Amino acid sequence: MKSVNKMIAFLALAGAIVAVNSCKPKGPQDAVVGNAAEKVYVAPGKYDEFYNIVSGGFNGQMSVYGIPSGRLFRIIPVFSQFPENGYGFSEETKPMLMTSHGFVPWDDLHHIALSETKGEHDGRWAFANGNNTPRVARVSLKTFKTEEILELPNSGGNHSSPFITENSEYIVAGTRFSVPVGDNRDVPISSYKQNFKGTISFIKIDPTTGRMNIGFQLKTPGVDFDLSRAGKGPSHGWFFFSCYNTEQAYTLLEQNATQKDKDFIMAVNWKKAEEYIAQGKGEKVKAKYAHNMLNESTHTASSEMMTEVLQLDPTVLKDIIYFIPCPKSPHGCDTDPSGEYIVASGKLAALIPVFSFTKIQKAIADKDFEGEYAGIPVIKYESALHGEVKKPGLGPLHTEFDEKGNAYTSFFVSSEIVKWNVKSLEVLDRVPTYYSIGHLCVPGGPTAKPHGKYVIAYNKITKDRYLPTGPELTQSAQLYDISGDKMQLLLDFPTTGEPHYAEAIPASLVMPNSTKIFKIEENNHPYAAKGEKEAKVERKGNEVHVYMTAIRSHLVPDNIEGIKLGDVVYFHVTNLEQDWDVPHGFAIKGAANAEILIMPGETQTLKWTPDEVGVSPFYCTDFCSALHQEMQGYARVSAAGSNIPLKFSTGVIAEEAKSSPK
Amino acid sequence: MKSLKPITRIAVAVVALALICTYFVPLWQILMWAPQYPEGLEMKIWHNTLSGEVRTISALNHYIGMRTIEVGMFPEFGYIQYIIGFLIGFGLITAVVNKRVMLISFLMFILATGLGALIDFYIWGYDYGHNLNPEAPIKIEGMSYQPPLIGTKQLLNFTAFSGPDIGGWIFIVSAGVLIGFLIYEWKKNK
Repeated sequence: MKSVNKMIAFLALAGAIVAVNSCKPKGPQDAVVGNAAEKVYVAPGKYDEFYNIVSGGFNGQMSVYGIPSGRLFRIIPVFSQFPENGYGFSEETKPMLMTSHGFVPWDDLHHIALSETKGEHDGRWAFANGNNTPRVARVSLKTFKTEEILELPNSGGNHSSPFITENSEYIVAGTRFSVPVGDNRDVPISSYKQNFKGTISFIKIDPTTGRMNIGFQLKTPGVDFDLSRAGKGPSHGWFFFSCYNTEQAYTLLEQNATQKDKDFIMAVNWKKAEEYIAQGKGEKVKAKYAHNMLNESTHTASSEMMTEVLQLDPTVLKDIIYFIPCPKSPHGCDTDPSGEYIVASGKLAALIPVFSFTKIQKAIADKDFEGEYAGIPVIKYESALHGEVKKPGLGPLHTEFDEKGNAYTSFFVSSEIVKWNVKSLEVLDRVPTYYSIGHLCVPGGPTAKPHGKYVIAYNKITKDRYLPTGPELTQSAQLYDISGDKMQLLLDFPTTGEPHYAEAIPASLVMPNSTKIFKIEENNHPYAAKGEKEAKVERKGNEVHVYMTAIRSHLVPDNIEGIKLGDVVYFHVTNLEQDWDVPHGFAIKGAANAEILIMPGETQTLKWTPDEVGVSPFYCTDFCSALHQEMQGYARVSAAGSNIPLKFSTGVIAEEAKSSPK
Repeated sequence: MKSLKPITRIAVAVVALALICTYFVPLWQILMWAPQYPEGLEMKIWHNTLSGEVRTISALNHYIGMRTIEVGMFPEFGYIQYIIGFLIGFGLITAVVNKRVMLISFLMFILATGLGALIDFYIWGYDYGHNLNPEAPIKIEGMSYQPPLIGTKQLLNFTAFSGPDIGGWIFIVSAGVLIGFLIYEWKKNK
């Protein structure tokens, strides 16, 4: 009898173990099915179908991946110094990181907006926001270099940015952190409601040069603006922003900013704002912000301090902005390809409201308002609503669209992508992500003509997806095929920095325009040496300027004497190559910055302040040729009072050195 | 003195006028490929200049001690235009004068020009490939770097090809057409 009891107990235990194990979620290795490998395999020598331009988050950079392979091609430094190529270290690039606070060599790059014409990608520029010290940047998709950075005044943090209008008329910048603005900014933090204001900046883009300037700034109530999207098609002329903390909390926002059932989507009629400006309305207010531009012909950036900005007050100038209630702490705010539907994702909501542009217009015309918030009309929720996606998942964040009328929403809490139909609001499919997805990207997803085909998940948690590298892990992205009815997981790929938003664009729109070299004839750098005959060393007081050339496999000059302690030496290195993929690098012992990497035809400058008497070697840092290791030279530094004359040479062998060593 | 058939006169005039095109297109081309130059490097020889990646080719050639290739070093670029001008003029006169002996002369001039150009090109190639800087970084015993006259040749890591470009082909086709019509004239009018 006892043994029977024992037997039963044993079986029960075994059963329980099996049951527990079968309840555990399936391991990630089970998730890939079918011909996934074939779909992401890009054979050697073949090219990816899409460029994926990915924000780097806290690395302050932008990275470029190929899709579907997930291979990393390049990291483009934008808001952060990059010792790899000298960005932010060379004299030419330092001005790019100037702000009203001086040189700020880091920022938090969150979102990408690719330039558009008629609602479609045109492959010209990638814009990005700096969240911390509020800035926006423009990167050329020809050179993949940061060409311009514009600081934003009256902002405490630029998050709902740089989203773009359908003809690249504007990119926007909205304050994540409202702050006191104006002359008196030394106020108690607890006076948030009285003194803290938000601003929305509309940054005008020059249609031919891409040059940015702040067209106008809208003063708004003090709330947190989160994300935004431009209208398109019928809703072109409008912009939509999500805002949270309408409670106007200034401490423990986790609790104090999550009390209301509904926050707002803010609809901005920017064409109306333009009308007011044309009538001379608006006020020019004093402001201080940096505007930094790269001059392509001198290969040099310059920084200008701007002094005023045009502001409009929508509480006085009516019909520019309206609030639409939105459950609960909305994050993503995305317009569908038709421009009719605006999808708002309440991070803490159990549904996704979808607003109708037509209904919003009707509600405004009928003055169908439920009241005002800080002097701004609030449209009735039901009057603006197309419908709600019921029980879609937990923690909806962002939505992208395909070309077939479907939406793909990321869910942070339930760690999944959910596919649903924009018109019918019916949930069609769901796939897990690994783990806790943030942004997602469908090629062309934010445009009027999505390319579809894939959705990419950029996750916030990595855990066990790759070989571990200590506590700090790579970031994790997944690629899914969305060409069929069901989403299919194809690939995991690691990403650098912490990607937030990303866009993908067909390679055919970018690849043919990619710059291979800079023409040496067009180099107007004031210190360029466009041939070895122009190489020289000049003294200007205690500054020593070395006009140096680099070509396979020597530097001219490679012997420099007559530098003295107390001098500041500028090595202006011109790469004379006119051949694709032959950069040269330059570094000198003891230089307190980084190397510089010089592209063919370009001039870059490394500043060096020698701190000891002696001979310092310098060399080419980019393995350029068979005799790269020979590409080196010496700079002699003498004592401060010495009378060694300044001289320089390459290939000159002194008489006394000609006798062979004994 | 035999005269020419009308069709031959037209052909001669067309050939003479076609030679005008050679002022506007390259005559000869040298192409080079290497493992690290899958896209290839090219140098085009025109009647009065060089084009293509001449600077890059020169930069690479310095490793084996070859001289820098510059347009100014070739006196030929100063007078090839007159030779072509003479050929065009002679061709047109042939069509007008309408004598077989003129046709034969015209053909001979074209062939002589082509042969002369090839000999000249060979001499330059020989000179470049053999007269190397004795202090060059890369020296290989017994190796010279004369480019092929016509066809391909392996020179260290580079595969070099040399051959006519559009202008060269115009000359070749012109000579062929003239030979064809000369045979036709012989057959029709013995």
